[in-house]
Parts: sequence; structure tokens; C-alpha cells
Amino acid sequence: MKRALIALFALILIGSNAQLWAQAASWKDVLIPPLPAFHPAQPKRIALPNGMVIFLQEDHELPLIDGFARIRGGGRSVPASKNGLMDIYGEVWRTGGTKNQTGDQLDDYLEQRAAHVETGGGIDSTTINWSCLKGDLDDVFKVFQDLLQNPEFRADKIQIAQKGMYDGISRRNDDPGGIAAREAAKLAYGAKNPYARVPEYATVAAVTRQDLVDWHHNYVHPNNIILGVVGDFDSAAMEARIRQAFGAWPKSQAAKDPEIKFTPAKPGNYLVEKTDVNQSNIYMVGLGTTRKDPDYFAISVFNEAFGGGFSSRLFGDIRTTKGLAYSVGGGIGTGWDRPGMLRLVMSTKSETTGEAIQALDEEISDLSKKPITDEEIKRAKDAILNSFIFRFDSPGKVLQEKMAYEFYGYQLDFLEKYQKEIEKVTKEDVARVAAKYMHRDQMPVLVVGNPGEFDKAFSSLGPVNKLDTTIPAPPPGIVGDQGSPQQRCFQD
Amino acid sequence: MKFRRVLLITVVFCFASLAFSQDVASFEKRITAKKLANGLTVIICERPEAPVFSFFTHVDAGSVQDPMAKTGLAHMFEHMAFKGTDKIGTRDYAGEKAALAKVEVAYAAYLAERDKPVNREEQKLKQLEQAWRDAIAEADKFSAPYNNEFGKIVESEGGEGMNAFTNHDETGYSYSFPVNRLELWAYLESERFLHPVMRQFYKERNVVIEERRMRTDSNPIGRLLEQFTSASFAAHPYHRPTIGWMWDLNSFSATDAQNFFDRYYIAQNMVVTVVGDVKASEAMPIIEKYFSRLPARSTPDEATTAEPPQKSERRVVLHEQSQPLYLEGYHRPDYHSPDDAVYDAITDLMSNGRTSRLYRTLVRDKQIASDSAGFSGLPGNKYPHLFAFYAFPIPGHKPEEMADAIHGEIERLKKEDISDEELKMIKTRAKASLLRSLGSNEGLASNLGLFQARYEDWRELFRSVDRIDKVTKADIRRIANQIFVPDNRTVGIIEFAGPPGPAPAPQGGAQ
Repeated sequence: MKRALIALFALILIGSNAQLWAQAASWKDVLIPPLPAFHPAQPKRIALPNGMVIFLQEDHELPLIDGFARIRGGGRSVPASKNGLMDIYGEVWRTGGTKNQTGDQLDDYLEQRAAHVETGGGIDSTTINWSCLKGDLDDVFKVFQDLLQNPEFRADKIQIAQKGMYDGISRRNDDPGGIAAREAAKLAYGAKNPYARVPEYATVAAVTRQDLVDWHHNYVHPNNIILGVVGDFDSAAMEARIRQAFGAWPKSQAAKDPEIKFTPAKPGNYLVEKTDVNQSNIYMVGLGTTRKDPDYFAISVFNEAFGGGFSSRLFGDIRTTKGLAYSVGGGIGTGWDRPGMLRLVMSTKSETTGEAIQALDEEISDLSKKPITDEEIKRAKDAILNSFIFRFDSPGKVLQEKMAYEFYGYQLDFLEKYQKEIEKVTKEDVARVAAKYMHRDQMPVLVVGNPGEFDKAFSSLGPVNKLDTTIPAPPPGIVGDQGSPQQRCFQD
Repeated sequence: MKFRRVLLITVVFCFASLAFSQDVASFEKRITAKKLANGLTVIICERPEAPVFSFFTHVDAGSVQDPMAKTGLAHMFEHMAFKGTDKIGTRDYAGEKAALAKVEVAYAAYLAERDKPVNREEQKLKQLEQAWRDAIAEADKFSAPYNNEFGKIVESEGGEGMNAFTNHDETGYSYSFPVNRLELWAYLESERFLHPVMRQFYKERNVVIEERRMRTDSNPIGRLLEQFTSASFAAHPYHRPTIGWMWDLNSFSATDAQNFFDRYYIAQNMVVTVVGDVKASEAMPIIEKYFSRLPARSTPDEATTAEPPQKSERRVVLHEQSQPLYLEGYHRPDYHSPDDAVYDAITDLMSNGRTSRLYRTLVRDKQIASDSAGFSGLPGNKYPHLFAFYAFPIPGHKPEEMADAIHGEIERLKKEDISDEELKMIKTRAKASLLRSLGSNEGLASNLGLFQARYEDWRELFRSVDRIDKVTKADIRRIANQIFVPDNRTVGIIEFAGPPGPAPAPQGGAQ
């Protein structure tokens, strides 16, 4: 009775609403007014005479100020024998403190202000960032400047960083998804390629304090630095502060990009056997391209249609229609200044491993048999163009975007150009890039899984190369006295 | 010198607090809330930074509400909420509806035979399974050409970050749109919960089973967490995994999912929050127009068994091919507890950054772990739950050493007051962390929605900082002494056992 009354009440309400408001019967009837014009504030770009490039982006919404410095030179310039140096440098730059304060003192000083100054080592650059309440800028900027110019790399923190890395190495065969991503990169780029290689006990142990000091000395020069600041400040005052801090810093040797060889593995079947799983991680890989490639725009549309989101072929066919996977996706990777990875990725229960590989095969062969249709292209372009605004819907995003263009030598108006170029992409363009890149017979196929449970022997699809993921033994004496982690790892 | 430093810090604090109160007050003014006649609450926060908005739909039902023998159902329904409606995702709904009804009849017949304790006929079971699969194939003919139409509409209209989650306590749905799609969103989101259709259910169930294999079965930490949580709770539904037990996943039906929806997706269980470049005066009528259509239904029976006090330590030890891990949890009261903020303070003190006690002791000083922390909210926080500690031993160190080191830190909490600096740091960080969270439409939408749902007042999001401000040193000692005791503890350990096979490698870390 009470329920009926509530229902009746609701009915009356809807009735009265309906008179006031026309309700849409179908989503297509819903009016979509034009999007208001939006011209986000652009950061001010300043080039100091010593080569440091600065971007200042005011954002007065909250009393916070964040700074990001990116410095040219990163892991891809580290010799193979010291692989891991960049991770250790990125950590100890901050934890090792400055000539004036230890890292622990910095921790206390900053945390009392709920502020952060953090450093990191990346593949092509290193970073040092700060984040603080507006009122703490003087205190925090001083730490930022001190770390940038006078790091100490204290030995006790190097030891902690190394132990952390030994731990990571010892655990790297525990998670099948992690194994698959790592081994797929090796197949796509070549095992020795800086974008694929992984640190070992020996290469981490080989890193010395002098290596960190040398790295800093060789790379951290104003002419290698791009500094962006976003937040609640006055640009003129911030510019004066930065000029005061860094204007007299002399320029020095510019960082050089190393020559990198990309040597994809031979096509074929590759297996990492893991007996404690009931699901296979499958990768088909190849080499992609860069965003400077004129094909980039057609590739963006292709990726959206082929393996992007809910609307894509891979999601629709393999997940929705066949129910074979929770996680499935793929596309032609595009790096800023080096080829991205082409990949089709999915995970499926051991018992449908063969069926899943076949399903991926079909997706690739369908690209020529049933090319991406006008409808798919329209949907993909709409998705890219209608969500375009999310590329620059906050001052921080605009800043990050500009800093990336500056770093990789793109026109600063790349984003505006991108929008126009996406609009121009045709069905033929998409078919052309699909035909250019998606060659099943050239792709290595990787399965990380439990072959005893497979629906058909992996070898029925061709010869199988078993990958040895045994973790090389650590040099004596570096990982404690209770046995070697090498013996603990999963062994084929 | 030291005095000067302290003085300086005090000045800084006054400044930060002042700025903080002003900013929070200005933020509160941007927020409008309205409870519709059907019981659904709408919150709008005006944030005119860019012509976009984010929304968050909070449904006050999670896997705790899963019926007996149907674990995983709340999460399964969340997947079904992407399958469209009677108007989206079908060629002919009337025909599809009839076909889907036949699927359910066929499935029930199949299940009845499958689960017969005695006299099951294998031949008959095969026939019934085939009949069920044939019925699915018939029903799919109506929807197959419109696969994922709901998601396709959202994506092609510029939707960003479309996603959803289910946990033990609740279910949430979110994405962002350009602001000119506000009415389209209101239509889509309300239709989704007005007329959901359980189409392609059994294929989606396979997708969810794959999710279980990925998160739990094929992941050693996932396996440990499942065993640990189910050991920690004997009576309360927190002992069941949100993803569902495999048997249940292979058993529940589309009818079960529809029933779950009818029971729990009621207007008064829902909070819809919109944050972005909208004006409440214009947006509220649009949202009300569409969401008022959701029916008010009677509130379901929400009774759950309260977990009885734990009388002795429980231990779960997994012997795995993977590296060791130590985890322990202590029962604590739910988020309504007057001491809730004390637990937050303990979490911050023990776990936040390089000044945290666990980092300093286990990672920096003893150098026995690569990471260690303690935190509330396992597996949820709406009901009495666990305060958990964990540590990852570095090579050459054992879980037992983690336990000893963590217990050493717990003893310190019990016996010594924390320092003035630590207490101040905790309070400053709470304020700064709230301030930082205000700069994102997505984050604000989910926080406002969650606090409205939990406290029936979104302002509690801002008051959470005041509660932390009131925490004293004595509170921290009192709670530590009360909660962190051995009988109240469950321990979860991964021990390295080496790969199976005829010639196992010698065990590392062994005597």
C-alpha cells in the first residue's frame, strides 16, 4: 500500500514535470548546443640567455604552486653495464640531500609544510618537481634550487636505492602481466634496446657514487633544462625569482641523443612457462612509428577504431561477442622521438589460449578483408574530436603539453594542427596505415602462461621458442647472507 | 636557534590555516545539493575552469549486498550497466525481451540438472546446455548489430574516462563530457538505471571470470588478499570477495542480476554529483527532469551480521613460487566511530612518505624491506573493518622479521606519545591534501558523492579536516593500545616455496 502510494506520488511528479519540460524519447532527440568558445590561457615562454627555457602558467583557483623541471639526458644514454643507474640517480638525487642538508633533514623540513620536492630518472630525461602551498614558496623554492645545483648523493642512500632495486629484480617474475609486458618490449625493440632492457643485480651493483656525480655534472646545465611553473603566482614576480636564481648559471655542454638500434625479434612463437597461473597473457608485437610521421593522424584514427575503447573492434569482437577476455586492446604505438610499439594484447583463460590467438589473427586479416568502414571512421574521429577539449581543460595540462613540445622539438601549436589533421583523415588513409603496419606474418607472438592447460599445443601453431627468464645470479655478497634470490626465481 | 625554527613554523601554520579556511569556504559556496522527491540526491559544484564537466553516480550497494551463493553479483551488475537499455543496444526490444526470457528458462533448467545432488543425467545435461546456448544465440540476434552501443554513444560524443567500480561498500560510475552534452548525459545516465537490459549476460559473465583470473587466481598477491580477508571475517559479509567465488560466477543468472538491480538501485540509494562548468540554476532542472523518473522503492533489508570480537590470532600462509610478503590486520570500528580521525592520523604517521615511521624503521634504518605501510579500509570502511600493515622483505629477509619490526613500531605507538612536530605535520598534511584534491572535477565529484552518501551531508568532506585537527597524542596511544593486540590480529604471509617439478631449486632464504 505504502509502495503504491509512493509510486502514485512519483507519477504525479513526472506528470507535472512533463508539462514543463519536453523529455527526449531517444538520445538522438537530445539537443546538443554548440560548445562555448574556449581559449585556454597559454603559458608565458621565456628563454634565458643561458639556454634555460621557462614556461609560466598562472592558475589562481587554489593557493598552490607546482614546478616541473625536465632535464635532457636519461636512461637511454646509460651504458648497458650500469643499467639501473638512472633509477638510482632519480632516487638518490633527492634522498641523498644537498651539500647543506641531508635528505632526511629535507624530508622533515618539507613534510612540516606538506610540501614536496621530488626527483626522478626517466628514459630520455630526468626530472625535479616541487609542489607547495603558496605561502611556503620561499622555503620550498630554496630547496628546489639547492637540490638542482648542489646535490650530494650520500652513500647511505645509494645503498638503500640499490637494495630496493635488488628487491624489484627478485620480484620481477611474480606477476604474469609484468613478465609479459617486459618480454614483449624485448621482442618488439630487441633485448639490448634501452627501451626494453632491464636492470640486473650486477649492473645495479656496478653503479657508484661517482657515476651519479658525473651524470649530474654532465647533464644538469641550464641549456638542458625546461622549467614549467603553474599555480597561484604573479608571472612577473616568478620570472624575477627564476632569473635571480638561475640567470647567472653558466651554460655548458648540451646533451646529445644517443643512436638507438631497434631490432625486432624474428616472427614466430615465444613462450614463458608459468605453472602457477590459469590465464595466458598474449602479445603480438612489432615496431610502430613517431608522432612526427605524417601518418600519425591516420594512425590515431585507426587505433581508436581498431583497439581503442568500448567502440573498438578488438573490444567488441573479442570481449563482448566472444567473451574471451577482460583485458584486450592494441594499436600502432607512436613515440615522441622514437618508434612506439605496435601491439595486440589480451589475457584469456589457459583453455582458450589457442582460440584467442586465432581470434587475434582474424582481427588482423579482417583489416584487409573487411576494411574499417565509414561508420567506424566517423565514430573514431568523433571520439577524438569531441573529447579534444580534455587535452587542455586545465592550466596544468596546457603547461605539460607545451613543455613536451618544447622538449621534443615540436611546433608549440602542434595540438591545434592535430585537430585539423584528424578532420582530414579519410577511409583510404586508415586502410593505408593498416596495410603498412599490420602484418601478422612479421609479428612475434608471446604467451606467458601454463601450457599444460592450453586448448591446443602452442607448437601446433609453429615452432616455439622458450624464453629463459631466469634471473642472473647476483655477484657475491650484495643481497644479504641468507641465500641467493636467483635461486628463488621461477625457473623454466 | 631551535626556538626560532619552531616559531617560524608556527607563523607558517597560521598563514596556511587562514588561506585554507578561506578557500574551503569559497568552495562550499559553489555547491548546491537537492534531494528529489523520489529520494535521489543531486549535488552540483560549479567549477568554471573549462567548458567540461565530470559526474559520479554513487550507488549505496556493494558486494556486501550480494545474496548467499551469488557472490560477485553487485560487480556483475556494474558490468551490465554498460549493456544499454530498451532503446539503446537493440534492433527490436519487444522481440529481444521475449528471447531473453527464454534464455532464463533454459538456463534455469540447465542449472537444476547440473546441481542435482543425485541422479544427474549427463546426456540430459548436455542437451539442456545446448538448449540454453541456442536460446542465447537467438537473443543475440537482436543485439549483436548494436554491440556496446551505449559506450559507443558516450565515446563518440566526447566522453572521457568512462569507467565504473564496485567494492564491498558501494558501486560508482563516472566519466567526463564537454559541457554542451549535459542534457545528453542526464538522459543516458538516467536511462541506464531506468531501463537496464540484461542482454549478453552470460558472455559478460565470462568476461568477469577472466577478470577474476587476472586479479586473483593468477596473481600471488591477489590470492593472498582473498585468503587473508576471508580468514579475517567469520560472520560479516566482508569475508567474501567482491569479484565473487568461481562457483557463484558460474552459477548466477541474468534474473539474479535484474533482481539485485530492482532491490538496491533505488532512488534513495543513489547520489548523482556533477562538477564542472555548469550553473546550478540551469543544470538542476535538467538533472531533476531526467532523474526524477527513477522510481522510489521500499528500502531493502540492510541487516548484516556484526562481526563478533576475534578471540585469537588467525594465520594464513601461502606457499608460492613468488617472493615473500607480510600482511597483518586488526579489527577496528566502522567510519562512524568517533575515533575515525584517530585512525587517519595513525595511517598518516605510519605510512605517508619518507618521514613515516614504517619507512624510516624498515626501509631506511633496518634496511629489511623495500616498502611498508599501515592503513584502514580493508576490505571496506562502511562496516567494522581492518587496520592493516604490510611489508615487502628485500632479498635475504623473511616475513617474520617484518612482523617483529612492525610490532616494534606498534609498541612505540602504545608506549610513547608522538612528537609535537609529528602531530602538527599530520594536521597540516590533511589540510593540504584536501586542498590539492579540489583541483579536479573527477576527484571532487567522487569525493562529494561519497561523503554525501556516507554522512548524508557533502560538507563532511571539508569537516574531515576539523576532525583530524582535534586528534590528540593521548587518542593515538589509546587507540593503539585498544586495537593493536595479538588476539585481534589476522596474519597473511607469502612464503617462497620454489617452483614445482622433479628437481626443485634449493630454497632461498633457507637455513
